[in-house]
Amino acid sequence: MAVTKVVMPKLSEQMESGKIIKWLKKEGERVQSGDILAEVETDKADVEMEAFGSGVLRKILVAAGNKAPVGSLIGVIAEENDDIGAVIAQAGSGAPAGAASEAKAPSEAAAPSGAKPGMADRPAAVPPQPRSEDPAARKPSPSKGPESPGSQRVQEAVAAASVPQPSGHGGRVKASPLARKIAAQSGVDLKLIQGSGPGGRIVRRDVEAASTAPAAAAVAAAPALRPVAQPAAAGAEYEDLPLSPMRSAIARRMPLSKAPVPHFYVTSEVAMDRAWELREELNGLEGQPKISVNDFIIRACALTLLQHPGVNASFQGESIRVFHRVHMGIAVALEEGLITPVLRDVHAKSLAQIAVEARDLAERARQRKLRTQELSGATFSISNLGMFDVRDFSAIINPPEGAILAVGSVRRVPVVSDEGLGVGRRMALTISCDHRVMDGAMGARFLQDVKKLLEEPLRLLI
Amino acid sequence: MAVMTYREALNLALREELTRDPNVFVIGEEVGLYEGAYKVTQGLLKEFGPKRIVDTPIAESGFTGVGIGAAMVGLRPVVEMMTFNFALLALDQIVNSAAKLHYMSGGQYNVPLVIRGPGGPAHQLAAQHSQSMEVYFYHVPGLKVVRPSTPMDAKGLLKAAIRDDNPVIFIESETLYNVKGEVPEDPDFVIPLGQAVVRREGTDVTVVAYMGMMYRAMEAAEELAKDGISVEIVDPRSLQPLDTATIIGSVRKTHRAVVVEAGAGFAGMGSEIATEITEEAFDDLDAPVLRVTGAQAPMPYARNLERAKTPTKEKIADAIRRVCYANGSR
Repeated sequence: MAVTKVVMPKLSEQMESGKIIKWLKKEGERVQSGDILAEVETDKADVEMEAFGSGVLRKILVAAGNKAPVGSLIGVIAEENDDIGAVIAQAGSGAPAGAASEAKAPSEAAAPSGAKPGMADRPAAVPPQPRSEDPAARKPSPSKGPESPGSQRVQEAVAAASVPQPSGHGGRVKASPLARKIAAQSGVDLKLIQGSGPGGRIVRRDVEAASTAPAAAAVAAAPALRPVAQPAAAGAEYEDLPLSPMRSAIARRMPLSKAPVPHFYVTSEVAMDRAWELREELNGLEGQPKISVNDFIIRACALTLLQHPGVNASFQGESIRVFHRVHMGIAVALEEGLITPVLRDVHAKSLAQIAVEARDLAERARQRKLRTQELSGATFSISNLGMFDVRDFSAIINPPEGAILAVGSVRRVPVVSDEGLGVGRRMALTISCDHRVMDGAMGARFLQDVKKLLEEPLRLLI
Repeated sequence: MAVMTYREALNLALREELTRDPNVFVIGEEVGLYEGAYKVTQGLLKEFGPKRIVDTPIAESGFTGVGIGAAMVGLRPVVEMMTFNFALLALDQIVNSAAKLHYMSGGQYNVPLVIRGPGGPAHQLAAQHSQSMEVYFYHVPGLKVVRPSTPMDAKGLLKAAIRDDNPVIFIESETLYNVKGEVPEDPDFVIPLGQAVVRREGTDVTVVAYMGMMYRAMEAAEELAKDGISVEIVDPRSLQPLDTATIIGSVRKTHRAVVVEAGAGFAGMGSEIATEITEEAFDDLDAPVLRVTGAQAPMPYARNLERAKTPTKEKIADAIRRVCYANGSR
């Protein structure tokens, strides 16, 4: 019945393109709406991509291992006897340059052998039927004409795609909350859809119709980051390694922080003897989760941030946004880069909860099984290189956060006290602060209070 | 299970509770010798005697006060309002005494009181006798408010209300007394207050309605099913406490909601439910929540005007079509 376009979904705020790791369905295989079609590698994580329509996966346009820009056509779901030539031809002619240059493998060719010549000029020839699982489309229109309302919508969506007309006035798009949610999940650009609700409001059925219509023309033309590995000839002086999506995300984002954000750094040394003893004691308890030094630091920072909201803050251009809750980004090193999953509402969590949840996040980060919502929304971050015998270092702030704490190793060092020379455990903390949000004294006072908590660690248990 | 009328189900609930607990008694106008203006208390005087089934003068404030006092010292009175419109005369007793004594005595006094009787619009009873009185009560902290739509609910909820340690406003309906339905005869059958029920399952739109409006919504749903619109109907049954979880759960499934109430819509139950839905399920909504309510006017006596003021099957169906964007206006 229905022709459903499969497009590269927008799976994170920054995502511009995604790479198909593998297709879980083959051409010719029957799929149900909601089935997992493919695994997609984004700049942050590997994500499963759902089907938004039912039928047969008739065509795969982007083979496994290749990249495609967000919103571009990567496959078609339709019934066996549906003509999908026009949809594919439209995508081929209307797709951005990035997608066209991707179209290298034979399976990605714009006009498949099955397409009838001239179909591209007649988009209305697409069997214009509503998707069978769309309850709105099932309802016959009051006019009871031979065409269901869904077919009109598809045609209008075709028209809207070729001549983009914003819905609503002055750039503000009127769309139902549900339509916005589905559009975000399916990579549909609301600006290109005509709404069929009252006053032109875009509703669910419009988004669903658009995702079955030919490719939206205004997909951001992302530069094709074609990974080209130069074969290392014998004795070659160098070799160019392709950027992984994660490496290219880091490469793109870090200059956006380091250059425009005026960083300053404050370092303090913390006596960790009591925290060390307490941790050993806690970890000796049976049936309790193992607690790491980093868990102590997360807890100490969370409690201190509540006392120092100015550090739990973000520069917003015309204002400074001060957060009343603490969502902690925890940098996790991976083979190919690093990722910063977010532990939410950490100020309200006990040490044991933090230990369990932080371990789970880190574990899943390494398996690249994080959900997209676990990758954004931090108000403050911690980066810990303690395991590498590092005395101290300074980290780059992850915007829009206002600060990040860099944690060195707990080292045994000579310590001078009133009793003379002894041996103690010391750890260096360096906070990087956005000078537009806070000043040196604020950063120093914050560190002082974190230090105090860690040096009187029983406070972390209260 | 036995098939009986709503009226008989109420009568059975009273009889069972009077039998179970010697502290339960019934008080009100015409409840004894006349066996109730609407015959809900039929046979009770004969069975339980004048100490348990107490006739009173026409003095709502007085006998409601007697009920509150009795409840404070350990009895479980069931006060009958001949119609709930007359409860206005006892409003001070209900709002300032029954609802607040537990709080103001620091928990020293419970008021395990039920005030029951018919309310809501009926047929040509005119302005003073066709009012949705629940709105006067569910706003008051300390009161529970129940509106049972079926014979089974009438029995199960009245028993729960009698066993509750708080004052419960239990509003029946003249138009439902003769409705028949299956009712469990088990004397231990009780429906807890604060549990909504899905009366009809559907996928396209959630309609929240109770009492007579629930039946009209069911008729509208039947009609719309022919047009391919699948309507889910949720009956809240108790308005305070309100089972928002069931309502929200249904809206998360259907993505659209219509709330129906017989009374005037301004600051009514429809506003409350619509707000709950918007706050809890905003991102699941594909359309604004619509209300179908009575007009902001006293109930006229003339039949045609009465119909114009009241939510009808047609008005409900029209709202459902509009919320589904299926009314032809694009």
